[in-house]
Parts: sequence; structure tokens; C-alpha cells
Amino acid sequence: MSGGVGSWGPGQARLQRPALLEGRLMRLLLIGTAMGFLGLFLLLPLAVVFLTALRDGLAAYLHAILDPDTLSAIYLTLLAAGIAVPLNLVFGVGAAWLLSKYQFTGRSLLITLIDLPFSVSPVVAGLIFVLLFGSKGWFAPLLEQLDLKIIFAVPGIVIATTFITFPLVAREVLAVMQAQGSDEEEAALTLGASGWQIFRRITLPKIKWGVLYGVILCNARAMGEFGAVSVVSGHIRGETTTIPLQVEILYGEYHFAGAFAVASLLALIALFTLVLKHWVAWQGRRSLRPQPDALIQVPAEALQRGAAI
Amino acid sequence: MFVKRGVLPGFGLSLGYTLVYLAFLVLLPLCALVIKAGGLGPAEFWRVATDPRAMAAYRLSFGVSLLAAAANSVFGVLVAWVLVRYSFPGRDLADALVDLPFALPTAVAGIALTAIYAPTGWLGEPLSRLGIQAAFSPLGIFMALTFIGIPFVVRTVQPVLEELDPSIEEAAAVLGASRWQTFRRVILPGLLPAVLTGFALAFARGVGEYGSVVFISGNMPLKTEIAPLLIITKLEQYDYAGATAIACVMLSVSFAALLAINLLQRWSRRVA
Repeated sequence: MSGGVGSWGPGQARLQRPALLEGRLMRLLLIGTAMGFLGLFLLLPLAVVFLTALRDGLAAYLHAILDPDTLSAIYLTLLAAGIAVPLNLVFGVGAAWLLSKYQFTGRSLLITLIDLPFSVSPVVAGLIFVLLFGSKGWFAPLLEQLDLKIIFAVPGIVIATTFITFPLVAREVLAVMQAQGSDEEEAALTLGASGWQIFRRITLPKIKWGVLYGVILCNARAMGEFGAVSVVSGHIRGETTTIPLQVEILYGEYHFAGAFAVASLLALIALFTLVLKHWVAWQGRRSLRPQPDALIQVPAEALQRGAAI
Repeated sequence: MFVKRGVLPGFGLSLGYTLVYLAFLVLLPLCALVIKAGGLGPAEFWRVATDPRAMAAYRLSFGVSLLAAAANSVFGVLVAWVLVRYSFPGRDLADALVDLPFALPTAVAGIALTAIYAPTGWLGEPLSRLGIQAAFSPLGIFMALTFIGIPFVVRTVQPVLEELDPSIEEAAAVLGASRWQTFRRVILPGLLPAVLTGFALAFARGVGEYGSVVFISGNMPLKTEIAPLLIITKLEQYDYAGATAIACVMLSVSFAALLAINLLQRWSRRVA
């Protein structure tokens, strides 16, 4: 790069606008402070997780992860996410269709209600299901008759996970559907396509990156949820512990290396999620970008129009 | 319900499905909480919801959440500014890393921060030699809530900063304003709605946060016990009335924050 600043220069767009640029020292100071902040709060905790996990060597690390209780926690986490994510996926696409294709009274209220689980504390979310299905809850007599156990059992964990991750797919898909509009769908309708055909052959290909993005976020949250699941789980080892709860149990028993080993699994999932998320966002942006032909055609057309005048 | 229908089919199906799913999973359970709290009677509710231990927990939860959200507002604007305006090695990596608190399970963040700030930890040891106790104190809670809130301000400010018209800044420069004057009087007013939205989101998240705080806070009643932990403690003692009352107070604060966020977003759309 020119100007002797190396790559520590201004962003591309600002190169031609010297009035919008701080001095070099100021830039370095701002970049340094911001990166110091991110390093202290984001990079350091991440490094601690992996370094502590491997502190006692690879054998101890594998031993902690292959422990039967940890394996059953992994299984339960996969099960809960495997139920919660598809449920919220179907809901999310349906709700996004409703909210982006029609105008009706109460629409913005509905959007607010869908966002509700975001602003409810995970602990409160767990509590409401204990009040409903717990041993003194509203449905306790019914559950006893049916010989069903929800709280301190697997169904409670699945329900709490579904509640917490409820808005994630709906939000992402709604944003994409709103940005894209419904011109193509309406054109298909005039050509005689049925509702299902329109959805499957027009809408779904258009929104696929948005859907995938929502599913990734939803899955990450479902696998990592701690507060709500902690309230309804009862912490029965090998039975109702998910991976985050297993981390808590090991940590509470001062088995730090083991706790961090199991935590490193979750950290790996988180890193994988971040990479996938950025890849999908990039793909989504690429699919929205106009085709190269279109870019050439527009100025040509404009020139013709200019010549005509 | 007044419906101005779109022409596309599927309105009835998607409306019915959305409402039924929303009602069973979210609305009815939340109603159960409110009805349960109502069953306590006003006097009893007031007594349980305002006992000294609960009051101390609210003060801690709300106070530290406010401080952490404020810290995130300052650093969030700085980080967003640096990511949008400058190019430097590692910028894309830093940009991706900002989302880490969304992706990293809170329990993992909790034990990692505790390991760092405990009296024997990497930063806890030097700090304790200076006489500062980081973990197991309100400072530790502040660290955890700051971690949790990082993405909110950055991600709300970033798109606004990207779309800011550079010619306004140039006009300010032509008229003789310094960079700092331009930032404070031209750029900052445009960013304000986004900063406030991010602040409110970070605050709302911090108030309800449990996983990352519970390991680092030390959990001493009246001192470092946050409100969500108090709910769990009461549940473990089968004090359902107490847990419900405190949950209701927290739920009202969450709703107030949600309302504020919606109003802020409407305002920012008008400003933009």
C-alpha cells in the first residue's frame, strides 16, 4: 500500500477523502485500544479454556471427554437440539411468511410477542415450566395419572430449550423475506402456481441462506443453554445433564481440568458456529449481489437514453 | 382482526400455526407465572418481592447491568468505529470474534472468566497484589456482564456507521471543525439511537444473565447474589411464592426494556 502506512491504513473508501481521516498516531491509538478491549474480554477467556483443558496432557483430556457421564451429556444435548431446532425451524419459516407477505392489524404486536423469549431471563423461563409441570404445578395431577415426568426429566429440558431458542429462526428468515419482497411469488401466482409450488420453487431457494443462518444461531443457543435447562434438569448425573450442566458439575467438584475439557467441546462448537455463520452471511450477500451482466447493461441503457435526449 | 390480505395464499394456515405455537410455548406459560403471582395477594406479594435479600439482589443485578451496558456503549462505539473505518491486519478476525459471546455458552464463559480473575488466576493474581479482588466480588460480575454485552452495541452501531454520508463530515471539515468536533457534533448525534438501542439490549441481557455470572460472583446473600440466582435458591428451598414474586419483578423490568427498545428503534428509523 502507498503512503508508508503499510496495511495499517485507512479503509479503502476513505483513501480519497483526507478530511475524513484521523492522524496516524490517533488511528493507531484507537485501533490499539479497541483490539486491546476485544483481546482482554474475548480472546483471553477463549485461550484460557483450551490451555486449562490441555493442562494435564492429552490423555487426561480424552479421559474426561470419554467419561460415560460426559458421553451421555453429549447425547442429551444432541437430542434436545435435534428436537428444538426443527420445531423452531418450521415455526420460524411459517411465521416469517405470515409477517412478510400480509399486512394485518396486530402484526407489530405479533412481532414483539415472538421476540419475547429473548427478553425473559433464562432462569425465569425455567421457573415457568416448573410452575406448570413441577410436582406442585398446575398439570401435576394430570401428569401423575399419565405417569409422565417432565420436570427433572428429559422432556423438561427439551421444552425449556425450545422456549429459549424460539425466536431465532423466525427473526433471521423474516429479515431476509422482507428484504426480498414478493414480486416473484405474485408473478408465479398469476401463472397459475399453487401456494405450495410457490413456496417450494420460488420462496425456498430465495431464502435458503437466511434459513441456514437462523438454524446455525438456533442450534448454537440450543446446545449451549444453561440457565433455563439448569432449573428444570435436576442435575441427575448421566440422565438429565446436558454438556453445559456437566461442566458445572465437574467444576463444582473442583475437577477443573475435566470441566475445562468438556467446556472446550462447547468452545469448539462456538468457534465452528462463528466460521459457519460468516461463511453463510457471505454466501447470502453474494446471492443478493446483482449479476455482472446487469451492471454492464444499466450504464449502456442510460447512455442510450442520454443520447435520445 | 382487520386483515388487509396480500394476494398470496396461505394466510389462514400460517396465522393459525403461528398463533397456536406461540400461545402454547410462550404465552400460556407466561400467563401461568402472572396468575401464580396474582394468587399471592397484593400484601403478600409486596412483602416477598421487597424483602431485604431480594432488594439487595435487584440493586446488584440492575446496578451492575447498567454499568456494564455503559462500558459497552463506550467500547462498542470504539470497536465499531475501528472495524468500519480502518483497515489493519486481523480486522476480519476481530469482526468475526465480536459475535463470540452470542455463540459461546454462558457456562463456559463463566468458568473461563473465573479462572482468569480468581486470586490465583492470570489477571486475578496481579490484581490481588494491588489489593483489588476481582472474582467473587461485584467487579467480577461486571466483567462477566461486560463480556455478555459486547456484541449488542457493536452490531447495532456498525451498520449505521457504514451508511453515514461522508459528505456531511466533509462539510464539517470545510467549515473548520476539528475531527473531534465533527465526531461529537455531527457523527455522534446520528449514532445515538443505535447506541441507546444497543445499551438497552445489553442491559436487558445483563439483568437476566445467569450462567456467566454464577461462577464468578461468589453468591454471598446481600452482597454478591444476583436476582436470577435468588430465584433458583428459592426454588431449591421449595419457596415457589418467593421465586414467582421475584420472577415477576424481573419480567416487568424485561418488558419495560423491550418496550424501550421498540420505541428507540421506531425513533431511529425516523432519524435515519
